[in-house]
Amino acid sequence: MEPKFKISHFFIHGDPLILGADVSIGIATVMIIFVLTYFKKWKWLWKEWLTTVDHKKIGIMYVIAALLMLFRGGVDALLMRTQLALPNLKVLLSEHYNEIFTTHGTIMILFMAMPLIFAMMNIVIPLQIGARDVAYPFLNAISFWLFFFGAMLLNLSFVIGGSPNAGWVGYPPLSELQFNPGPGENFYVLAIQISGIGSLATGINFLVTILKMRTKGMRLMDMPLFTWSVLATSILIIAAFPVITVTMLLLFLDRFAGAHFFTMTHGGDPMMYINLFWIWGHPEVYIVILPAFGIFSEVTSVFSKKVTFGYTSMVVSMMLISFYAYFTWVHHFFTMGAGAGVNTFFAVSTMIIAIPTGVKVFNWLLTMYQGRIRLTEPMLWTIAFIPCFAIGGATGVMLSIAPADYQYHNSYFLIAHFHQVLIGGTVFGMFAGLTYWWPKMFGFKLNETLGRWAFWLWNIGFYACFMPQYALGFMGMTRRIYTYGWDMGWAPLNLISSIGAVIMGIAFLFQVWEIAYSVKYGERDTTGDPWDGHTLEWSLPSPAPKYNFAVLPEVHGRDAWWKTKEAKERGDYEEKKQELEPIHYPKNSGIPFILSVFFFIAGFGFTFEWVWMGALGLLGVAICLIVRSFQYDTDYYISVDEIKETEAALRGEV
Amino acid sequence: MKLSRLFTRTFLICLVPLILSGCGGKFIVLDPKGPVGEEEKHLILLTTLLIAIVVIPVIILLIYIIYRYRDTPSNTARYRPKWGDNKYLEIIWWGIPIIITVFMAYFTGKSVFALVKPPTTDVKPITIQVTSLDWKWLFQYPDQNIATVNYVDIPAGRPVQFILTSDAPMNSFWIPQLGGQEYTMPGMAMRLWLQANETGKYFGTGANFTGEGFAHMQFDVIAKTEAEFNRWVNKVKAAGKPMDMAIYNRLKQPGLVNKQTYSSYPPHAFEMTLMKNGGHYHERIPEGNQFNPNDTEKTK
Amino acid sequence: MENIVSHHTDHHEEHEAHESIKIDGFWLFLVSDVLLFGALFATFIVLRTHYAEGPTSQDLFDVKEFTIETFVLLTSSFTSGLATLEMNKGHVKSLITWLIVTALLGATFVGFEIHEFSGMVSEGYKMSTSAFLSGFFTLVGTHGCHVSLGLIWMIGLIIQVARRGFTPVTERKLSIISLYWHFLDAVWIFIFTVVYLIGVM
Repeated sequence: MEPKFKISHFFIHGDPLILGADVSIGIATVMIIFVLTYFKKWKWLWKEWLTTVDHKKIGIMYVIAALLMLFRGGVDALLMRTQLALPNLKVLLSEHYNEIFTTHGTIMILFMAMPLIFAMMNIVIPLQIGARDVAYPFLNAISFWLFFFGAMLLNLSFVIGGSPNAGWVGYPPLSELQFNPGPGENFYVLAIQISGIGSLATGINFLVTILKMRTKGMRLMDMPLFTWSVLATSILIIAAFPVITVTMLLLFLDRFAGAHFFTMTHGGDPMMYINLFWIWGHPEVYIVILPAFGIFSEVTSVFSKKVTFGYTSMVVSMMLISFYAYFTWVHHFFTMGAGAGVNTFFAVSTMIIAIPTGVKVFNWLLTMYQGRIRLTEPMLWTIAFIPCFAIGGATGVMLSIAPADYQYHNSYFLIAHFHQVLIGGTVFGMFAGLTYWWPKMFGFKLNETLGRWAFWLWNIGFYACFMPQYALGFMGMTRRIYTYGWDMGWAPLNLISSIGAVIMGIAFLFQVWEIAYSVKYGERDTTGDPWDGHTLEWSLPSPAPKYNFAVLPEVHGRDAWWKTKEAKERGDYEEKKQELEPIHYPKNSGIPFILSVFFFIAGFGFTFEWVWMGALGLLGVAICLIVRSFQYDTDYYISVDEIKETEAALRGEV
Repeated sequence: MKLSRLFTRTFLICLVPLILSGCGGKFIVLDPKGPVGEEEKHLILLTTLLIAIVVIPVIILLIYIIYRYRDTPSNTARYRPKWGDNKYLEIIWWGIPIIITVFMAYFTGKSVFALVKPPTTDVKPITIQVTSLDWKWLFQYPDQNIATVNYVDIPAGRPVQFILTSDAPMNSFWIPQLGGQEYTMPGMAMRLWLQANETGKYFGTGANFTGEGFAHMQFDVIAKTEAEFNRWVNKVKAAGKPMDMAIYNRLKQPGLVNKQTYSSYPPHAFEMTLMKNGGHYHERIPEGNQFNPNDTEKTK
Repeated sequence: MENIVSHHTDHHEEHEAHESIKIDGFWLFLVSDVLLFGALFATFIVLRTHYAEGPTSQDLFDVKEFTIETFVLLTSSFTSGLATLEMNKGHVKSLITWLIVTALLGATFVGFEIHEFSGMVSEGYKMSTSAFLSGFFTLVGTHGCHVSLGLIWMIGLIIQVARRGFTPVTERKLSIISLYWHFLDAVWIFIFTVVYLIGVM
């Protein structure tokens, strides 16, 4: 068979923006290679990072990758808002605008929100439950590298071959060969597929970790709420991701092998894609919000110096949310004309899911009530979250009223709603988490003053950007239009919205400055417990040694570390002298990295439908797996002497 | 903290022009001209109110709590670090949202079932078949046997039964001032009841992304009195500009076109489009226009 | 000296705990795989009668062939069970023998499927013929890929057990492949019913 795509499809020419990106990517690559070579850091990079199986380092790599993706998705957003700032602008042509909103959505959900959540999970969960690692450290490294190379594959489409342009939902038949012959949609399908495997593995990994690796004495109902939220999220991941894998596989078969799952002809059924996509897509929304709920619970409790109010309610509502998440997917397409009964069912199920969410908000308020509230940066993000999410959740309930949704659907009202819950919920949540656990990750605090600038700019920018969009929805402005005229009166609100987007962009720069400044001047954390925390991770030095706990702690009830500190204060704390023992620890391995490179090669090959290259990549993947299966020397013991040395060095500074 | 006060102020100042500038525009969704839009507007207002019952107290409570229980040495407010549950409060938390949900569920169900029926039953409805193409709208009047592109004339005061399909990627048919939207899908015949109570020109648009020319898929809906509408139909028929399959196939090609009017169209053109792409729910095609795919030869 | 011994048993226990955790994870993987097949089944059921201009399921399926195919796979599941019994008894050699029998039966099954598919394709009935055939090839083919991967894995395991005998690691790996094999058997029973039996009825 004659290959469909030739080298001439490879480079996109004629667009100064893309040419600029080509050049800057080239320069950046050369510079990175130069710096690594000049400072002789290649070996360090390989040994310390690329081959690591340490959950804390993997978490940090997730953070870096996610922030880079936030930058990329943010630039996309700014380009869109520039084009829409005034009517009839010609900053972007239609096709370019379409590509940008597609990659913006895909990147923000799958390559920004997801990795930020995985970052928090990786960094915190083992420390919080008193474990030395996750259940499968090797698999954990594979998850990260699959995510990373999936993200790289999607990003590559910007400069090579052309980006997908059918929206982040990729509805057929628009995303089918008939209407979309280029390689762009293949990039979309395969990038999601590759990173999706990694996400599924992460879900399994953390569910087992939480169920099986808790330290002595920690019952399920003693777990910190963040751990509970990750438990709920992991269940959702395991149950939802197989569906997106199938959906993307079927769309790929349509495009690659001429199948007729979602085509207009030969009996294909495009509606089935929409159903399958949202059977994954709706739980996905809760996958990215639940961990944020967990973080808010931790932060409100610590910075109000109180126990969490209604712990049982909190747990029950999270589990209810993760259950109901599977029964609401049709609310993404009430306007598809399903029967009145079907629409009513899904409208009501959607309202029901708002109940546990509302309960959580009240419980956070009561956690603060009669406490002592410290307005640190993590707490500020949490406080900003509550009204933002309350409004976003409320508009979500409004959207669930099916007949009213016929008017909101696909309008800017909807855009404003989901940005409000995703930014106000997930992004603010992750910022709270990052600033809260930052000292634990790196051993220093972030600068509060710069943090406050970023915080206020984010909030002002956010409301300026998205509140007008609710109004634009009522004015009949639909999403995904690249231009509009003066006649509808949409101009002033769009201008305000664009200004808001720019303010959020500036806020992001403040955060970059905040991090850069704090690396040098940030307050060092010498105690390991800079916030007067309640949970086990604060009992460790910052950053924690690679084996986390020299001696595994034994806990009794919730807020274990708080109780220990109280006992110490009262003077009735008996430190049990436990013998140090050698610690069983996994060896670093290059296989996850190499395997993911092969996945990337396979993905790239299939994107251009060069079967030889795809097959070569898959063969490489198979060889990696076989090699790993024959490896028996995968772990080692950290000797008691080494532990003693490490502990002395860490605690010695106190 | 000075910084925060500065920002709170800017924040509030920013809100003012935002609210003011909003007033310049036309909130067409909230200014309906027909019974369907009216019904939906009532639901929008009702739910906004119900939602406000929860949201406003939350925001007020939040502000109060942060102020009252701030961590300053001089704060004399009560501090109970280990106070972690209260059954009565929790029953209230769970109870209020449940009651609100029951309310909303009732009104939602009622409306959903009402909107699949004609808005008024004492007047004979008119049927218009809508096909979304790349990137234009084709309207066919089966009873009048005329067709228009990118605009649609309707008689005011009469329920309109729009039968929707697509011969291109899925779109959505939306006339905000008459009522909510519904998808146009290839191979599916969907039904949407709307009605204009007043004469006038209304904004219609495609709402679901379909590619390059999507942003230009806007159309005019012109509601006329019955007499004017009939005059218009006669004028169109008299103009004698029929649409044939060649013209239809040209229209189907991706691209933008201006408003067009045709005095007739090929028999069963709509039904053939529908059957070609799968043909689900073709029973929704009105009596007398039913189309049997085996008849394809005859119509050719 | 005593200290060293106790350490050693500790490590051993730790190792076993570690291996059992891997089996837990595999169960969760199977849950996700059930959902993957569930989505494929749902798709197939929706498209089952979308023959377009292509052949119907009655035209295509050969009752004799798919019955033998089913029988072969069910037998392989049984022999894989026998292999597990031998493992529990500690007989390396007979375990390997039964695993080889299982693998051969599995290969026969895959051979049948390839024969069936290539027969259809040579008659011009491909994935691109109709939505029904797209669904059929994808659902049955995904199962076939699972079986083929299992075969490669099983061969690798036979080599490992032959070299190393029974260790906590090889025993864990053997339990997992046996789980996997029974799982594929169960999935096939659904395919047999939903695709083939209902298809020819």
